[in-house]
Amino acid sequence: MTTELGHFALILAFMVSIFQMIVPLVGAHRGNSAWMAVADPAAATQFFLTAFSFAVLTWAFVTSDFSLNLVTANSHTDKPMLYKITGVWGNHEGSLLLWVLILTLFGACASWFGGNLPPTLRARVLAVQSSVAAAFFAFILFTSNPFTRLAVPPMNGQDLNPLLQDPGLAFHPPFLYLGYVGLSMAFSFAVAALIEGRVDAAWGRWVRPWTLAAWLFLTIGIGLGSWWAYYELGWGGFWFWDPVENASLMPWLIAAALLHSAIVVEKREALKSWTILLAILAFGFSLIGTFIVRSGVLTSVHAFANDPERGVFILMILCFFMGGALLLFALRAGAMEAKGVFSTISRESGLVLNNLLLAVSTFVVFIGTIWPLVIEMFTDRTVSVGPPFFNMAFTPFALAMAVAMPLGGMLAWKRAKIDRAVMQLIPALFLAIAAGLLVWAVYSGRSALAPLGIALSVWLVAGSLLDLWSRTGRGALAGRFARLWRLPRADWGKATAHAGVGLTMFGVAALTGYQLEDIRVAEPGQPYQVGAYEIELLSVEQNVQGPNYISTMAHVAVRDGQGRQIALLHPEKRIYPVAGMPTTEAGIDSGWTRDVYLALGDPQPSGGWALRTWIKPFANWIWGGTIIMALGGLLSLSDRRYRVAAGAAKAPGPPAREVPAE
Amino acid sequence: MSAWFKSWQSAVILAAALMMVSAPLPAVAVQPDEVLADTALEERARDISAGLRCVVCRNESIDQSNAEIARDLRLLVRERLVAGDSDDDVMRYIVERYGEYVLMRPTMTGSNILLWLAPLALILAGGGLSLAYIRRRAGAQAPAEAALSPEEEARLQAILKE
Repeated sequence: MTTELGHFALILAFMVSIFQMIVPLVGAHRGNSAWMAVADPAAATQFFLTAFSFAVLTWAFVTSDFSLNLVTANSHTDKPMLYKITGVWGNHEGSLLLWVLILTLFGACASWFGGNLPPTLRARVLAVQSSVAAAFFAFILFTSNPFTRLAVPPMNGQDLNPLLQDPGLAFHPPFLYLGYVGLSMAFSFAVAALIEGRVDAAWGRWVRPWTLAAWLFLTIGIGLGSWWAYYELGWGGFWFWDPVENASLMPWLIAAALLHSAIVVEKREALKSWTILLAILAFGFSLIGTFIVRSGVLTSVHAFANDPERGVFILMILCFFMGGALLLFALRAGAMEAKGVFSTISRESGLVLNNLLLAVSTFVVFIGTIWPLVIEMFTDRTVSVGPPFFNMAFTPFALAMAVAMPLGGMLAWKRAKIDRAVMQLIPALFLAIAAGLLVWAVYSGRSALAPLGIALSVWLVAGSLLDLWSRTGRGALAGRFARLWRLPRADWGKATAHAGVGLTMFGVAALTGYQLEDIRVAEPGQPYQVGAYEIELLSVEQNVQGPNYISTMAHVAVRDGQGRQIALLHPEKRIYPVAGMPTTEAGIDSGWTRDVYLALGDPQPSGGWALRTWIKPFANWIWGGTIIMALGGLLSLSDRRYRVAAGAAKAPGPPAREVPAE
Repeated sequence: MSAWFKSWQSAVILAAALMMVSAPLPAVAVQPDEVLADTALEERARDISAGLRCVVCRNESIDQSNAEIARDLRLLVRERLVAGDSDDDVMRYIVERYGEYVLMRPTMTGSNILLWLAPLALILAGGGLSLAYIRRRAGAQAPAEAALSPEEEARLQAILKE
């Protein structure tokens, strides 16, 4: 019964979304404020209905209601509660329901927190947002209904894909979706502004927090996914240039470009039409990501979603929204006149360079990702585009961004002197060169790329700190420290996020350049040396019973140079009998400077076990940097100018006034 | 949607579907018994393997894959190396047998040249446009600071008169 209510709520939400898509838009066009005002309750209603529907589905998973097809296919009574709940979005239908839930949540938030928006813009934003929701409601109801019943419910379910039964992956999709879908807000603002025919500094300020939030969630989502791949896939890689990974990287890069260009719109009223275009493209790449993942067009062996009908539906959604928005853009972009004037060397130019590098690198990833498809369509060849291409094509852009980031961030608005910025950065420059040379000298004879990466990461971190410090003005040290503390949060956010990029880069360079690997048959009781560590396989326990799996678990001692034991690790191989699927669980001793990473292989005739050992230097810095980046985004998001603007709406009277941020 | 579909899937699903039950668990890619005694040769073998795709698994090199065919290919690569083939010879040998699909790094031939030129072309085109934009902005006249519209002008006059 509750299931049917959930289904019914979803259908109602679909109807509300169609209503909200049309009425406020007409109202805004005719200047009818009652029609425009309809958008607010509609947005809230849509959200609550979808939330109810989602709650019903979750309840079905929690209570293992196997009369639902979806629950049967993705759950099992023995599964731990956490994974019963996360199983809701560990499948195609449920994850799409989560997608629209977040979409309607953003719509409702725009209604709740958008009090300071001009009424027509607000009505249009909500209407556009609702049109996206309507498309996805239709997609769910017509092709991917999560509430389909089974005529004959089985006694038990088929279990969730064991790879998904992991805390890292359990929360990876929701964050990613918050990011993907968050970009729909930027899209709605862009399309609404095109309909209005007006983009000004205020628009830049409204669109930026949404983009920041989306970017920050994407950062966390990608970081979680990469961390999961590192410890779960059994050999400690952190990025594979897989189409589904690229699908999340592209919106992230474009969102990063967008949140920088929105600053130029906000502060200088330039780059307007470009920013609008970026906002459209950012959501476009989110949709492309959804298409790639859901259609399975690029990775045919998916656990779910290799249904061509669904792929075509998403492709239609993609074509409709991108085609419509880009057409509108072509018709209206001419009206977006830039106001700000700036010289060739200026912060504005620095941000243009930032946008150039981010946008081009996005398209490089895009072309590489779809290339096999293109070639297959137009020629009789079948080709692969793997990590070697992406590493070669993407790395130069990453390095160029790292070189330019501290310099660009130091330039003054309107007119800047490059030598002044360089002078301020000299300590960072020396530090970076020294670090790079030191690493290069210690590990002579290896590739020069890793020392370069390390030098650039030092340049980034030191440059960010110097940037912050340079904003404290002159005078006594105590006074500067006091001012440092009072700097706007946006400044802190910028420095933090940029330093985070440096930390991630450091981890990537160190890990790819200097990891040690050892593959051997380990005999129990016979220690051996890997790098500075001594590894000893103590014993292997078979048939260890887990809640819903059976494990083969090794006990391995890791000792330092003096023979002191520093860790006892338990690499495992698990088999999930219901899903009939094995997984590996690596044994990892994490540290600030290195991870010792163990993966257990097969038993050998000699009585030993295949055991792989890696020493992975500074591995955790990769994800540490991601967290710092996200933290930077959060700091920026909490900047006074957004809160003041939001708060001003509650005060009756004139609309929010410009509040100087710096 | 990161790597969760990737990797193992195909190997594992195939294994599970076809032969599982009592078969041994798939283990971690390169097995100790495959490793060549000659470390220089082994290192070359690893480099080559990392650039060859496992044909039954999507987007996974034979160096990472647990599939049986990946293991066969790894052994084949090592066999050719021990026989004295150069890296290029080995690659050619494998491509002849399995097609260019196995190459993780697309060749710079035919239409693939477009792929390899794309980054350069994009950055040149984008850079040109950006430069043109910056030049135009640098040369532009700043519009008169927030000129008032006629209605605003009239209102201002009205207010000033009061």
